[in-house]
Amino acid sequence: MKFLRTKIDQLKKPFGKGEKWEKFAPAINALDTFLYVPDHVTRKGAHIRDAVDLKRTMITVVIALLPALIYGIYNTGYQYLYQVSGGEVAFMDAFLHGLWKVLPIIVVSYGVGLAIEFAFAVYRGHEVNEGFLVTGMLVPMIMPVDIPLWMVGLSVAFAVLIGKEAFGGTGMNILNPALLARAFAFFAYPTYMSGNKVWVSEASHVDGVSGETILGSLAAGHDIHFSMFDMFSGAIPGSIGETSVLWILVGAGILILTGVGSWRIMLGGVIGAAIMGLLFNLWSANALMSFPWYQHLMIGGFAFGIVFMATDPVSAAQTTRGKWIYGILIGFLCIMIRVFNPAYPEGVMLGILLMNVFAPTIDHYVIEANIKRRKKRLTASRKLKTA
Amino acid sequence: MSKKAKKSPIILFVSEEKEPLFSKQNRKLITDPLNDDNPITVQVLGICSALAITVQLKPALVMSLAVMAVLAFSNVIVSMIRNFIPSRIRIIVQLVIVAALVILVDQVLKAYAYDVSKQLSVFVGLIITNCIVMGRLEAFALGNGPWKSFLDGIGNAAGYGFILILVAFFRELLGSGKLFGYEVLGHKGVTLAESTGLYALGYENNGFMLFPPMALIVVGIIIWVQRSKNRELIEKE
Repeated sequence: MKFLRTKIDQLKKPFGKGEKWEKFAPAINALDTFLYVPDHVTRKGAHIRDAVDLKRTMITVVIALLPALIYGIYNTGYQYLYQVSGGEVAFMDAFLHGLWKVLPIIVVSYGVGLAIEFAFAVYRGHEVNEGFLVTGMLVPMIMPVDIPLWMVGLSVAFAVLIGKEAFGGTGMNILNPALLARAFAFFAYPTYMSGNKVWVSEASHVDGVSGETILGSLAAGHDIHFSMFDMFSGAIPGSIGETSVLWILVGAGILILTGVGSWRIMLGGVIGAAIMGLLFNLWSANALMSFPWYQHLMIGGFAFGIVFMATDPVSAAQTTRGKWIYGILIGFLCIMIRVFNPAYPEGVMLGILLMNVFAPTIDHYVIEANIKRRKKRLTASRKLKTA
Repeated sequence: MSKKAKKSPIILFVSEEKEPLFSKQNRKLITDPLNDDNPITVQVLGICSALAITVQLKPALVMSLAVMAVLAFSNVIVSMIRNFIPSRIRIIVQLVIVAALVILVDQVLKAYAYDVSKQLSVFVGLIITNCIVMGRLEAFALGNGPWKSFLDGIGNAAGYGFILILVAFFRELLGSGKLFGYEVLGHKGVTLAESTGLYALGYENNGFMLFPPMALIVVGIIIWVQRSKNRELIEKE
């Protein structure tokens, strides 16, 4: 380890103060802090500096994402090979096919995003922020398999430039950047982001491979030939990483145990969606409405969105009560958009983006209500004293 | 009213000292709104129409010309009668003048450019509510002579039109791959083999560009670029 340290120090030399490449210091610092805990020490006042900085928080999320990603890669291959061969599919075959498809998307997502982040860091003279570590991983997981790579790159560029840098960089964004990338792709290239041709690899040009998601089948009035176990384990068509509720729950466990993700938002979302699903079950006017509420929680991007996107600490509500309201409303909106507008099957994407916008308002009123309640208590106790 | 009008004849050119028609000051009236004092990107007026009619270049161009005609002539007329308008009812007087001009422009468009007029639909009529028009009447025409007001109207309408055309350029080019209706990026066939130009390489039109929100984002990007070039425009806190 000592060897690595001295090597990095050597490498850093030309980037130091007054040296030749001082301008590009953020780039090398990013590499350094990626490998080592920064040695910043607080010199004034009583502050505690934790070794768990933003970078390590973000890495925790990436680790939580990995199970769903690995399953997603396998499922990508499985969906295709199962339909082609119609029988048993070997795990490695499916995984390799999936890797062949998914890896380029991940590379493009990280490449484009980090390039923009580094360019802005050098230009504005601040350190590279770590926020993109997670965004870069989330974006490929919420895209359909067959999306052209340049669309991924453009969507990421849009999300980082307009969604983040225009607002002032990491921590200042109103909307979740990864969802913004998906929303951009969804509205810009709808034929590549929705319909029944894109959700299974090669479905758009191989006859006999159908890429219809469960939500798509429901909206079109087709029969569903997936069991509930398929829905739970994730052996269904969908965006790359969103299908497996099982592995998403594992990720949710990691997030909750490490305290990185808010369980209030997750639980609130599930409660909201369950109530809305139940209401629609009672109404039961079409196939989407009569679809059992507990299965609504397992299909589409709901689980993935509520665990990994809604809990984004920057764009979510901050207050404890606000988190409940925020989560429940996302659940409500998700099922409502899904059912009322089958053209927008990804209700969870639009639901979270909408609530991102309202999160500061929710926080504001929660705090206002708290102040009012305390004031009332104060005046009441004063009256009691004077009386 | 008629008595009063007889007593004081209409004065067309008020400036006492002889000023050349295109003096430096007058030229500034036209050039300032193009950049430093742009009605859309700096004053943030007239945004609604900028979002609505910038999907294609042609309607944007026609809209700019329509606004230019209305703004220039209403500026001149209001400036000419500015000394007779009782200030308490000046808004109503201005509105009548603007409305008359808007109806005139609308009729001309219907007669000579029917298809564009159809595309612009209600937005020609809505020029009357364009904040730039009332803003210039109140801020400039009421206090300056007709010639200066005319230049100011042309300048501000040009500044408005410049941004409109810029936004429409990007939206039509990226949204439908055309400029003024011509397919500049190649032809998109049903299959990849039937396509030419960029489309043969797998390029796709960006459908998001056709939605009004994207116009807002494009205007935002223009403001971003403008302010990073001209740092004086950035507000100090």
